[in-house]
Amino acid sequence: MTPEFWVTQTFNGLSYGALLFLLASGLSLIFGVMRVVNLAHGSYFMLGGYVGLSVVWRTGSFVLALVAGALALAVVGIFMERVFLRRLPGQTLGQVLMTIGFALIFQDLALLIWGGDPYSIRPPALLSGVVTAGPGRFPVYRIFIVVVAVVIGAALWLALDRTRVGAMIRAAVDDPEMAQGVGIRVPRVSLGVFALGAALAAFGGVVGAGFLGVYPGLDIEILPYAFVVVIVGGLGSLPGAMVGSLLVGLLDNFGKALFPELSYFTLFAPMALILALKPTGLFGRT
Amino acid sequence: MRLGVPGSRRAIILGVAALAVAAVIAPALPSYPLTLLTQVAIMAVLAMSLDLLLGYTGLASLGHAAYFGTAAYAVGILSTERQAGFVTCLVAGVVLATITAALFGLIAIRATGQYFLMITLALGMVVWGLAFRWVSLTKGDNGIAGVPRPELPLPWSLSAPLPFFYFALVAAALAWAALGTLARSPFGLTLKGIRESETRMRALGYDVWLHKYLAFVIAGGFAGFAGVLWAWYNGFVSPVDVQLVTSVETLLMVALGGPGTLAGPALGAAAIVFLKNFVSVYTKRWLLILGAVYIGVILFAPRGILGALRSPNR
Amino acid sequence: MNRVRLVALAVLLAFAAPLAAPPGAPAQSAPIKIGFLAPLTGPFAQIGKDMVNGNQLYLAEIGGQVAGRKIEVIVEDDEGNPATALNKSRKLVDQDKVAILTGGMLANVGYALQPYIDAQKIPSTFPVIAADDLTQRKPAKWIVRTGWATSQPMHPFGEWTLKNTKFKKIAAIGMDYAFGYEIIGGFQQVFEEGGGQIVQRIWAPLNTNDFAPFLAQIRRDADAVLALFTGRLALQFLKQYQEAGLKDKLPLLGGGTLTDETVLPQMGDEAIGVVTALHYSQALDNATNVKFNKAFEASAGKIASYYSEATYTNARWIVEAIKAAGGKVEDRDAMLAALRRVDLKETARGPLRVDDFGNPIQNIYIRKVERVGGKLQNTVIATYPAVSQFWKYKPDEYMKRPLYSRDYPPCKYCQ
Repeated sequence: MTPEFWVTQTFNGLSYGALLFLLASGLSLIFGVMRVVNLAHGSYFMLGGYVGLSVVWRTGSFVLALVAGALALAVVGIFMERVFLRRLPGQTLGQVLMTIGFALIFQDLALLIWGGDPYSIRPPALLSGVVTAGPGRFPVYRIFIVVVAVVIGAALWLALDRTRVGAMIRAAVDDPEMAQGVGIRVPRVSLGVFALGAALAAFGGVVGAGFLGVYPGLDIEILPYAFVVVIVGGLGSLPGAMVGSLLVGLLDNFGKALFPELSYFTLFAPMALILALKPTGLFGRT
Repeated sequence: MRLGVPGSRRAIILGVAALAVAAVIAPALPSYPLTLLTQVAIMAVLAMSLDLLLGYTGLASLGHAAYFGTAAYAVGILSTERQAGFVTCLVAGVVLATITAALFGLIAIRATGQYFLMITLALGMVVWGLAFRWVSLTKGDNGIAGVPRPELPLPWSLSAPLPFFYFALVAAALAWAALGTLARSPFGLTLKGIRESETRMRALGYDVWLHKYLAFVIAGGFAGFAGVLWAWYNGFVSPVDVQLVTSVETLLMVALGGPGTLAGPALGAAAIVFLKNFVSVYTKRWLLILGAVYIGVILFAPRGILGALRSPNR
Repeated sequence: MNRVRLVALAVLLAFAAPLAAPPGAPAQSAPIKIGFLAPLTGPFAQIGKDMVNGNQLYLAEIGGQVAGRKIEVIVEDDEGNPATALNKSRKLVDQDKVAILTGGMLANVGYALQPYIDAQKIPSTFPVIAADDLTQRKPAKWIVRTGWATSQPMHPFGEWTLKNTKFKKIAAIGMDYAFGYEIIGGFQQVFEEGGGQIVQRIWAPLNTNDFAPFLAQIRRDADAVLALFTGRLALQFLKQYQEAGLKDKLPLLGGGTLTDETVLPQMGDEAIGVVTALHYSQALDNATNVKFNKAFEASAGKIASYYSEATYTNARWIVEAIKAAGGKVEDRDAMLAALRRVDLKETARGPLRVDDFGNPIQNIYIRKVERVGGKLQNTVIATYPAVSQFWKYKPDEYMKRPLYSRDYPPCKYCQ
């Protein structure tokens, strides 16, 4: 294994992990406030990508696509939570099952609206090309994904840790009854976090569209990745999502490169490890 | 979602009536609806097996197809490569599914609540990966074709649709009886207690882990039974039988029909088989309709169709 | 009645409906019913749509009639799922009483249907399903392939590469399933017999989206890379291949689906120069193809792919067979014989007839992706006429060897 191999693979694992962070952080957050595993999360990612695609086709602006994708799915998230999920208060299983129903609807709607051809977003010229530094080749778009993930991660962390809204969210996650008791409008916080989670996934979808593309079946294919990240990192934990996505990205990449015969299973190796050591995930609450 | 409906005697009467009706009208049916009914019978076994886990123990699994498919593959491989007969295939399929559930259960039951859902999904995907990757055994994505129907010492050949339908119906009835007996036994009641409150059961001195684990393994075994029937029915096994979509559909069947009732999931299986086949003839948007029906039922009939028919105002 | 009860009963009634089967029409001047299976939902929905459109186009061109009888096509969604395909076939054959069954896309659908079709003795054609063995070691009696066999284009491609390039050592990377094994296997068989070496056989799982770990494994000392991907994987692979800097260092060869017209319009410069082999190219300039392309673009709003050409030509094949059988589709043996005897001198892809095993003998085109008039196309740079699935081998000798699989041909020159 050449130095080029190690450098390139580490970078690839990191950038893939960055994309996974964008995908999985929303799932983790949504669980944190609502105790619901949102099985339509893959659909949010895919729909975000499709919306971004349409915006790029119409306007040619990648930035607009990012914003539009996030906003559109925030709206969808609000709609889902307010009109549907809220009608089953406390019935976490029912809510989970309902998200499956939505996933089916979204899958068919996407096929209806955008057809079945696979597409990808051509990144703007600024983000195309490759940077060579020493033994490594670093596609600019992958660097972009890492930068975006770091910025978003930092913003989320600061918001949760330093702002009043963040404190309210943390309170609602820790103990909803107490939070309600001290005057925090927990339902409103839940709605906000759900919308944020959806927006994050959709944002990830637009970013992903420049790299993985967007195609029918993406929603189902990407869901296990989100799940493994939160299993490893722990549900409801932002640092968990960060560490989890990094670990999964690196282990999956190196696993496939070093043990190609086990390519179908490298995603689940980190998961099996965590389950053996700490079943609620690295940062999960026991 | 409120699971489990009291008054299970009504469920038994309904179920027996349905079986009787099916048995009586079968000879008069054209062969296509008959094959659909056969599918319903097999899927009912699968759905009922998941009900033991979901409806009675409160554990939602997104990887149940793993045991279903493992048994189907066992039948496929043994009958085409070793010319194995009825008993060998049946026993091997159910045993293999049970062993797989026993192994996976050790990993999955460690997790609680929502983690269980995600881990069972991941475990299901491992089996799917194996089905693709272990090409020398499973023939990969090509699947195993030419799986023969079993030869029984009966005057009718199971290769014909009507005899096979009765075969599947009897199998479904037996599975229902077995699972029903289990559900009404002290073991089943303990499971219901665990579903309502694990901590309470633990405080009362029950070995909660062991009960959950056993429920998981037994559910896997019955899913395997369904898988054996499925392999014989289609004459074909492929990785599609262990894919995520199959697990999700099974979950839909249970939730739609009414968890915790056994007859409910059987009804759910019927509803989904017919919904898929009937609606898809008229529109390509059958998936959308299925999703909408599903959401509608969860919203307006949280205990599934059976629950709603029984006592809608609870 | 309570609202909830109503909802519940409505759902119950929904499944009573299909038990009422519609009656079948008996007379001879009754329409000829053809059952058409295609994936209309799921990840292959677009391909299914192409297939349906190609079929519809031809039938519309001939006025939907043959031998004085109307043609009625019943399209069913097989969801890209063999169990569903079996189910829908049962409906088409038992309930709709179709005279001919056609369509299908995936290899496993083909393998699942084969025993059923032979048991039912229903004359069938497969326009797209390419799994090698369906017309080789265990050929189906009642199925005629009007499309291709997976390794069929790759045998001449192996020879072409030996004679027209300086590539001696080639690294192969493909999707980890039978289609991939057969494409790469076919190439490897002929290439190595002629003195070439396949130095790697890398397989990527079907749900891959990051190819970086696989691209990292490709030996940089190879002369070229042979790749097999379809659909969105082809799109992603080519992009990432270029990004990894391999496009300039290692010329890319591929199975036809790497650059076929279902994905080519979505590609960019990364596809230019890629050389592939298939029995069709949308850029073929024979009169029938030009006419077909114009009509297809007008009706479907996108360019024709080999899937749409497959069902277009398949529809013509079936119609010619019906004509030869004098319109008597109810005589199944005669219908099957007629299907096997069709010989089309010119179609959109060139001349077409089938061998004794029911597989086409047709031209194979070596194509190179070029940008012409602002659009990417598969320009034909070489033609091998009348290629059979066995290439230059005698059938029984060919079939003595194992089916191309994950381990066959073995990677003799791998390290």
